[in-house]
Amino acid sequence: MTSTTLKIGPYELQSRLIVGTGKYSSLELMQQCHHESGAQVVTVAVRRERLLDKNSGRNILDFIDPQKYILLPNTAGCFNAEEVVRVAKLGREMLTGSGYRGADWVKLECLGDTKTLLPEPVGTLEALKILVKDGFQVLVYCSDDVMLCKRIKEAGAAAVMPAGSPIGSGLGVLNPNAIRIILEQLKENDPAYPIIVDAGVGTASDVAAAMELGVDGVLLNTAVAGATEPAKMARAMMLATESGRLAYEAGRIPRKLYATASSPWEGRINV
Amino acid sequence: MELCVNGEKLHLPDGATIQALLDHYKLQSVRVAVELNRDIVAKKAYLNTGLKSGDTVEIVTFVGGG
Repeated sequence: MTSTTLKIGPYELQSRLIVGTGKYSSLELMQQCHHESGAQVVTVAVRRERLLDKNSGRNILDFIDPQKYILLPNTAGCFNAEEVVRVAKLGREMLTGSGYRGADWVKLECLGDTKTLLPEPVGTLEALKILVKDGFQVLVYCSDDVMLCKRIKEAGAAAVMPAGSPIGSGLGVLNPNAIRIILEQLKENDPAYPIIVDAGVGTASDVAAAMELGVDGVLLNTAVAGATEPAKMARAMMLATESGRLAYEAGRIPRKLYATASSPWEGRINV
Repeated sequence: MELCVNGEKLHLPDGATIQALLDHYKLQSVRVAVELNRDIVAKKAYLNTGLKSGDTVEIVTFVGGG
């Protein structure tokens, strides 16, 4: 028995885990972690080609199988709408006709500053509107502000992706209450609308807890790439995503203050 | 002619195209995207897009990210 599938933009996904490609000590290790994670979508960043020191000519795409993975280009490192739109278009151009899937969508990331790496809401909304008009399916990294998430959905985002906690912090979902309200508000009369927790998870229990809230998926990078044994953590994240989702779909029992016996009272021999 | 490529100055013979620039750096066109003076150049236009002195070119690729 497996959990239900997830539809985002043009893609229907069996795996609800999206993983990054950054911070790995080698491209071979990244490849192994992608495999262990069971993810079908991997994020990539757009950067200037290194013209002089070409890193022995190896390109990250040589380690990502186009049959197995859909690429999700991000706009990481952008601090205003103009930069976001420019980078999104470059990512689309690179994927167009490349043999890889993913040219039609983008992970919008518009940051406020380099220390917090928190999303900048005004630039995020501004860039979103431009990208939607340009035909992109936009997955929007944002803060866990309920009203902002509503505005982002209304502006035509393909998915809203609130941060659980700051990027790379490993703090997990700091405000599950906000995520619950976001889920209620954005999924009202639209239960399939995708909400992804993007950023901040540190270990498997953080992912399972996020999934048990009812989010549609988790996007992570550092929690795997920075683990002592990344491939093991990738496997753990795959299991946590699936088990958290199954638990959500199964419907947990209510919390109670006192005990309820599991064995019957009737028929005890010591009465 | 003098170009600015990814923020660095580069001299190429007059009449060079985007394709000649990629060849200069031994880059595969399938792995990059190119902007000429802030406008994206489609891959099929690399051979026919000439460069002129003072042009600013960005050549980007995918790298690891989250």
